[in-house]
Amino acid sequence: MASLVIDQVYKRFGSVEVLKGINIAIEAGEFLVLVGPSGCGKSTLLNLIAGLDSISSGEIRIGERVVNNVPPKDRDIAMVFQSYALYPNMTIRKNLSFGLETRKVPKDKREEQIKKVSEILQIEDLLERKPSQLSGGQRQRVAMGRAIARDPLVFLFDEPLSNLDAKLRVEMRAEIKKLHQRLGTTIVYVTHDQIEAMTMADRIAIMKDGIVQQFDSPNGVYSNPNNLFVAGFIGSPSMNFIPVKFEEQGGQRGATLTNTKDQTFFIPLTNGSDYPVGQSAIMGIRPENITDTNEGLESRQQIIELVAEVKVTEPTGPDTLIHVEFNGTEVICRSCPEFAAEAGASMKFALDTTKILFFDPESGMRLDDAN
Amino acid sequence: MASTSSRSYTEMAGRAALYAILLLFALYFLAPLFVMIITSIKPMAEIRTGTLISLPKAPTFEPWLKAWGTATIGVANEGIKGFFMNSLRIAIPAVLISTLIGALNGYVLSKWKFRGSDTFFAMLLLGCFIPFQVILLPMARTLGVLGISGTVSGLVLVHTVYGLAFTTLFFRNFYVGIPDELVNAAKIDGAGFWRIFWKIMLPVSKPIFMVTIIWQTTQIWNDFLFGVCFSTGDTQPVTVALNNLVNTSSAVKEYNVDMAAAIIAALPTLFVYFAAGKYFVRGLTAGAVKG
Ligand SMILES: Nc1ncnc2c1ncn2[C@@H]1O[C@H](COP(=O)(O)OP(=O)(O)OP(=O)(O)O)[C@@H](O)[C@H]1O
Ligand SMILES: [Mg+2]
Repeated sequence: MASLVIDQVYKRFGSVEVLKGINIAIEAGEFLVLVGPSGCGKSTLLNLIAGLDSISSGEIRIGERVVNNVPPKDRDIAMVFQSYALYPNMTIRKNLSFGLETRKVPKDKREEQIKKVSEILQIEDLLERKPSQLSGGQRQRVAMGRAIARDPLVFLFDEPLSNLDAKLRVEMRAEIKKLHQRLGTTIVYVTHDQIEAMTMADRIAIMKDGIVQQFDSPNGVYSNPNNLFVAGFIGSPSMNFIPVKFEEQGGQRGATLTNTKDQTFFIPLTNGSDYPVGQSAIMGIRPENITDTNEGLESRQQIIELVAEVKVTEPTGPDTLIHVEFNGTEVICRSCPEFAAEAGASMKFALDTTKILFFDPESGMRLDDAN
Repeated sequence: MASTSSRSYTEMAGRAALYAILLLFALYFLAPLFVMIITSIKPMAEIRTGTLISLPKAPTFEPWLKAWGTATIGVANEGIKGFFMNSLRIAIPAVLISTLIGALNGYVLSKWKFRGSDTFFAMLLLGCFIPFQVILLPMARTLGVLGISGTVSGLVLVHTVYGLAFTTLFFRNFYVGIPDELVNAAKIDGAGFWRIFWKIMLPVSKPIFMVTIIWQTTQIWNDFLFGVCFSTGDTQPVTVALNNLVNTSSAVKEYNVDMAAAIIAALPTLFVYFAAGKYFVRGLTAGAVKG
């Protein structure tokens, strides 16, 4: 178990700058998730931590040790790859012991370790098989087993679940989390699935174009996103972004929502901000904060009632997503199935104004920066 | 039902035609071998009187024994046995060395790329397109400088060097199909350059080894030009000896002995083909290793 610090790390391939000054620091035992769209540099960063590629500039420290020039084998890390990368010519037992043999661990110690690991991951019955004789989920376990057997300071996972079917993915997600709680080892986990990121992480680094957009707790990136990208990336369905202009009504600063029937609803600003009247902004509000009016929200302060024509309904089971339109933009709301109106009908919604965020339309940055 | 059976009827007719054509071609290609074999076991008298394809009336293995042990080649009367051994002494080390170096080259050029390694590979590939004749003079000079002109080791060197372009190409392309993640996993597991080569790469390389060995054996064993140019008298390979045997001017042309010698000279490549041929196609079509 060791802390991990990534300090101003740049990575260039020829003239292409893939990582542009990454700063991340986690405590020993924390579960860090790197998440972002394809090509944002997640794997590149993971390879730098592993030592499979060299840093252009900056510093990476594992524990207190600067590892910039330490080869992978001396970093005391273990990695689980997306394709699992099990050695095809070796049995599962051999796969598990290869790294230990390379490190000259004595035979009885190796066997003890393999026994322990295969019990944890329930792969005792597979030990004499070849990787080609295993299912995807079993290979995944073996790949994790190979990493655990080494008992490293840090685990690195590169999209380990992306080759599994949806059900297995959910199971393994829980299992990796349990494993982390049991072993307490520091983990860096790469994914492009924001749900994986939210459910597993202690800390999330959201990346885009080689830059960390936000480095925060799951709750932090969800409720307090730095910019439009993070706000839109985390959460499913995504946060609604409605273009608005600030104005003043009855001595109160606020913004107006207009539905397709030209009915207007004035939304006063909750935290008394002093945005200039006439300034354009993007109002961000998550679907679960525009609900049907029966959810007992009315008792709370700062609820605004909206009316809109239902365009489409999408029942998901526990709730129904309702598509409406405000300010010419499609807006998704979340309702209890029994209170959802039919498409074409008019419906009343409760908007929780305390959850509204404002972003600058040009830079995409938060206007009401809470930090 | 009627339509199904009529379709299967045309299908069968098509099949039959296909097999007939294939059989014809097979016969066409096998005919020379057939003539060689029957001629090699006919006594000379029968060859003079019979036709090319008449079967032997009194089969004899005398021509084979003569070709192997006593036929006159050049000035000696010792048959092709010594030259056959020369070919073995040339081919075995040359095949093994060029294959092993090719494997190592392919491993480096696919998994341990360095600055300019792709350019290096492209230049090496040129070697596949250089005609034999082009390298004769420079190679003769090189062998002279090294002091191994006209020796078996000289020919081993020539064949090894000439074969490297091909063996490297084969292995490099095969190893490119093996996922880098496998190598990265081994690196993280603490393995170095050689351990990854021995423990991870070589064990999955059997198909491409087969391809390369068949290719190199055939090339080197059948080579005539290098043999003629870079060997003298008692270091000549069997192909050159065969030519000398046929060209040795003696009173009568012993076709049966010539044929027997030709078959003997061709046996090793035939053997390699039958022993490992199935790997050839499999190896050429083998893709990445499924993990
Ligand atoms: N060896 C390389 N040479 C040049 N460019 C590279 C190299 N490796 C990666 N890149 C580029 O760096 C960028 C980041 O790649 P990386 O593999 O880190 O993305 P990623 O975030 O892991 O994406 P994914 O989710 O698709 O795995 C990509 O634009 C890629 O094209
Ligand atoms: Mg990746």
